[in-house]
Amino acid sequence: MQTWFFTEDAYPYLPDADTYESIRVNLPNKHYDPVKGADLYHMYLDLWCAADELGLEVMVNEHHQTATCVVPAAPIMLGILARQTRRARLLILGNPIANRNQPIRVAEEMAMIDVISRGRLECGFVRAVPYEAAPANILPFRGGERLWEAHDMILKAWTTHDGPFNFEGRWFRARQINVWPRPYQQPHPPVWITVGSGRSTIRVAQHKYTGAVFLAGYPRIREIYDGYRAAYREAHGEDAPVNRLAYAALVYVGDNPRKAREGAEKVLWYMTSNKVPPQWSNPPGYHPPPVAAQIMKGARGGAGLPLVARLDEQMSRGNVFAGTPDQVYAQIKHFWEYAGGFGHLLMMGQAGFLSYADTTASMELFTKEVYPRLQELTAAYDVGRMQELRTQQPDREFADLGAFAAEFVR
Amino acid sequence: MQESSSTIVLQGISLRVVRRGAGPPLLLLHGGDGPQDHLPFFNSLAERFDVIAPVHPGFGGSTIPEQFDGMDDLVYLYLDLLDALDLHDVVLLGFSMGGWAAAELAVRNTSRLSQLILVDAVGIKPGERETRDITDIFGLPGAEVARVLFHDPSRAPNPGSMTDEQLTVLASDRIAHAVYTWDPYMHNPKLRYRLHRIDVPTLLIWGESDRMVTVAYAEAYRALIPDARLVVIPEAGHLPQLERPDLFVEHVWSFAAR
Repeated sequence: MQTWFFTEDAYPYLPDADTYESIRVNLPNKHYDPVKGADLYHMYLDLWCAADELGLEVMVNEHHQTATCVVPAAPIMLGILARQTRRARLLILGNPIANRNQPIRVAEEMAMIDVISRGRLECGFVRAVPYEAAPANILPFRGGERLWEAHDMILKAWTTHDGPFNFEGRWFRARQINVWPRPYQQPHPPVWITVGSGRSTIRVAQHKYTGAVFLAGYPRIREIYDGYRAAYREAHGEDAPVNRLAYAALVYVGDNPRKAREGAEKVLWYMTSNKVPPQWSNPPGYHPPPVAAQIMKGARGGAGLPLVARLDEQMSRGNVFAGTPDQVYAQIKHFWEYAGGFGHLLMMGQAGFLSYADTTASMELFTKEVYPRLQELTAAYDVGRMQELRTQQPDREFADLGAFAAEFVR
Repeated sequence: MQESSSTIVLQGISLRVVRRGAGPPLLLLHGGDGPQDHLPFFNSLAERFDVIAPVHPGFGGSTIPEQFDGMDDLVYLYLDLLDALDLHDVVLLGFSMGGWAAAELAVRNTSRLSQLILVDAVGIKPGERETRDITDIFGLPGAEVARVLFHDPSRAPNPGSMTDEQLTVLASDRIAHAVYTWDPYMHNPKLRYRLHRIDVPTLLIWGESDRMVTVAYAEAYRALIPDARLVVIPEAGHLPQLERPDLFVEHVWSFAAR
């Protein structure tokens, strides 16, 4: 199992949450101190460099107008890391291409990073979470269509080497497409796309891309992964390789249960800080009408993640893996078997106020004591054996996750 | 009262049209809150007019046509509707985004129109680029939207008391509303340069307490249309037809009844 260290680059020095309506979109940036922000950027970059040295892979993402993730331009972070890291694969998950007006700019940025890193780029495309609609000023309705059209344009730009081509689509148009540089990897860098339902996996599987799932946990992982595996078999007449599926969770490893718990509680900031009112979590056209209706009713509070997230509950859902190395391995193994296997763990290993030292302590423990066992686990992946294991485990029942699940899978 | 609701196929789209009453034809284009044929003002209009009220595709549980992206699509659909029904001397009345549609239709072709009525209409941008001429209702919490739209916010629909089915239609309406109005937000930058083409008498009816598009916005709109006057209804917000149906209907009658 390849493990990818990531942090959202939060700016956690905020006033009491009661004093603001939302941590996203309209939280005034007077609360951002650029001097502290500079220290944070350097700390986060150092964490990724530490991941590189420890043998973990690197993942970055981006959000806009939010203190939860002060990386509105992930390619800038990745550009730095392309030069500063030595060996790690560099995953951007991802480029919100449904919200970008110039897919060709994305093709160019990604090609640059691939060349600078000498072919270490793994390029993710995402539709983006609902709170991105207002900052991008893009209507989320038909966002999936926009994503795929932009994708088509980017892929053709990467793989065309004989001069300009024409692309006049419904959403994106350019008449003289001829990007320099071309990507380092041939025919193009590996592509990842986030998926949030069985249905959303179909095109991803048809392209043999890696489908990445964020925090769907036990309640929804089977539906999504089963969708991918079925679509892959349908399209290609063979089973999907295990490395075409990825899972993102919060992870903290400590050398004793108390330390592990303290660290995990800090990483949980990612969930508990996400105060978002319905106008940002429920833009028109993002959620299907029945889900949007429930958010309008207030049945789901409107906020994205539950502000009252409790560690034990999030662990039991499979959204957080935390404990001693043995415990974390057992938790991941259990979830992995329940899910039918996946090849990548996207490890949110830092959030909120978790310090550099506490983060790297967890990363080191993970790398030394958990990672080798996970790699063995994945190496022994066998479709038949996985199915046996699955039938031994009936579907777990959970209360409705509501908008929580609907929002955090993209 | 004479009533015939039907589905008319135009451009391959099944368009639901409510038709009620007798008299001169009045084409009624609803606003972002969806069809209003259940409200008292609608029946009052039908006492003197042959009210023809299409449901904009995407509203009221209908589907947004695959090729539809924005206001333009709606405008050409209704130009086609006027032709298909072969209507003449039509009073064209539009509320809010329906008013925008009506103005866009009128700048293209008034040959089938007798009068134009714009009610708390959106569609132009009179102010500077950093002026929020039209309140961003997609960027406000529900309670705040109610205060923007209603003189008496307690009259705003309360999602808490709706059935799941009603709420789902409301959520679909909101998507359709956004498809027609998202960007440029609730306006066409070119419309102000085209309104001079409107050569039928025009009445703007405005709720005095409208905080989505204020009376000052209405004045700017009026000034761009050659033969236009503005009446302001007190104790009404963005939907005077709902908050003051008596005054609203009176204004329509005195302007357009024959």
